[in-house]
Amino acid sequence: MLHAKRSALYWFIVPALIAITAIIAFPWAFTLWMSLFDWKIGSASTFTGLGNYVALLTDRRFIEAIGHTLFFTLLAVIGPLLLGTVAALVFNQKFPLRGFVRGLFTLPMMATPVAIALVWTMMFHPQQGVLNYLLSLVGIAPSEWVYSPRLAIPCLVMVDIWQWTPLVMLIVLGGLASMPADPFEAAYMEGASRWQTFRYITLPMILPFVMIAAVVRLIDALKTFDTIYVITQGGPGTASETINLYLYLQAFSFYQVGKASAVVVVFFVIVVALSLMLFWMRERSKWND
Amino acid sequence: MKKLLDRLGLAFVVLVLVSPAASVFLWMLSLSLKTETDNLAYPPVFIPSSVTLANFRAVFEQTPFLSYLLNSIVVSGLATLIALAVGVPAAYGIARLKARKLLLVILIARMTPAISFLIPLFTLFQALGLTGTLTPIVITHMVITLPIIVYIVSGYFETLPGELEEAALMDGCSTWQRFRHVAMPLARPGITVAAILAFIFSWNNFVFGAVLAGRATRTLPVAIYNVLTFEQIAWGPLAAAALLVTAPVLLLTLVIQKEIVGGLTAGGVKGG
Repeated sequence: MLHAKRSALYWFIVPALIAITAIIAFPWAFTLWMSLFDWKIGSASTFTGLGNYVALLTDRRFIEAIGHTLFFTLLAVIGPLLLGTVAALVFNQKFPLRGFVRGLFTLPMMATPVAIALVWTMMFHPQQGVLNYLLSLVGIAPSEWVYSPRLAIPCLVMVDIWQWTPLVMLIVLGGLASMPADPFEAAYMEGASRWQTFRYITLPMILPFVMIAAVVRLIDALKTFDTIYVITQGGPGTASETINLYLYLQAFSFYQVGKASAVVVVFFVIVVALSLMLFWMRERSKWND
Repeated sequence: MKKLLDRLGLAFVVLVLVSPAASVFLWMLSLSLKTETDNLAYPPVFIPSSVTLANFRAVFEQTPFLSYLLNSIVVSGLATLIALAVGVPAAYGIARLKARKLLLVILIARMTPAISFLIPLFTLFQALGLTGTLTPIVITHMVITLPIIVYIVSGYFETLPGELEEAALMDGCSTWQRFRHVAMPLARPGITVAAILAFIFSWNNFVFGAVLAGRATRTLPVAIYNVLTFEQIAWGPLAAAALLVTAPVLLLTLVIQKEIVGGLTAGGVKGG
């Protein structure tokens, strides 16, 4: 009787499994398969084995794209992590209109990225942009912003930090909300200073949540596309071309489907490797306590 | 005295934290309401001499904005509805079978860049002759909506107490009836939040439409990028269009921010 009920439950999952196989698992398998072919859309495909991968290793532009991606990711993980944790500590305090203010703070991550990127593009404009005016108010010379090869990535990171700090804040705030009150009361009784309470009680307790936020942020930062595509298209030149933009170019401008598939596989390996590294760091940080 | 200083300090920090978010949106609003002369003036005009709705009128008159809006509503609406129909029963099955390992597929999908789904699907849609219709866009948007719904809703089902369902079992209800008439009504808040988040992230998505949409099947984010480029159109209408696209999402976020916060922290899920 009960056994029959269990098998009935499997039928609940079947439609979703079919859908996921079609739109998620099939693309994975097909990508792996295509990466072994020299194939441009519209012409015949020839089997090249690992040829696409070997070609990528010697493609200077691809290697540079990996460098840009890692640089962007490093800044776009650390920035939101620091600011988001501080914001969570602040929003954990009680103050009037807290709900509304917190909602306002989370707006950037819910807003349509393309719409936001267009507004930032106008703000970055070297002549008419509002940012250079704001710099002039505090006596700083106008900047080229995203039009300078050297500043393009840091400027894009700035947009990313603006957009994704709220997500880190929400995750860490969830951690703060689940903390027990006892250790804080004990610390208060013992006369611990605020800094001591933070350093020895709050920080160790929220660290697991900060690490979760770090993993989420890492994955999203590596995958960033909309903002970069809209604001710089990978430019000036290829100064802000990340793996994702290189991939888009190969696939949908040059229609080099085989090569692009190989890029996807390499990209996926990088995402998984870096995520595992963070998980490993998280385990390490536990042992040290 | 110390208390007062504390409160002032807190107010100051809160102000510093929210001002970047608030000022970018306010600047967007300001650009959309000013005349082109004011928008291109240097130093920038913060308080306009006259407020105009001409930019919004230009968006509706010079572009087929309403048909793009309809595309977006159809794509995100259908992608969310189909994902609900398929995903909510699956979420229930996963929760009751304690088959959380199945969610691993969803986590790995979360780690895969959206473009990597596009290459095989684009090839497939071309072979099937589906390009130029909304169908491929709806299907690819399910890559965003389905994982969000399965992930959040299965988590919600797990938190529901089992007693009511056991009572239904005693009364001789079938598994489907137990799901349909007992568990699903209880899980409605979770399902609602998941549906809203799925809709928003589908609405915001750019890359699927950018690759798959033809001239007539563009969704709003693709349309504002493709149609309203800087060469063709002035800043005012561009800001107005950007605001029109994102305003529904922003309002929704502010109205139900408490529920959305719960849903987001449950999974840290985001599409694409």
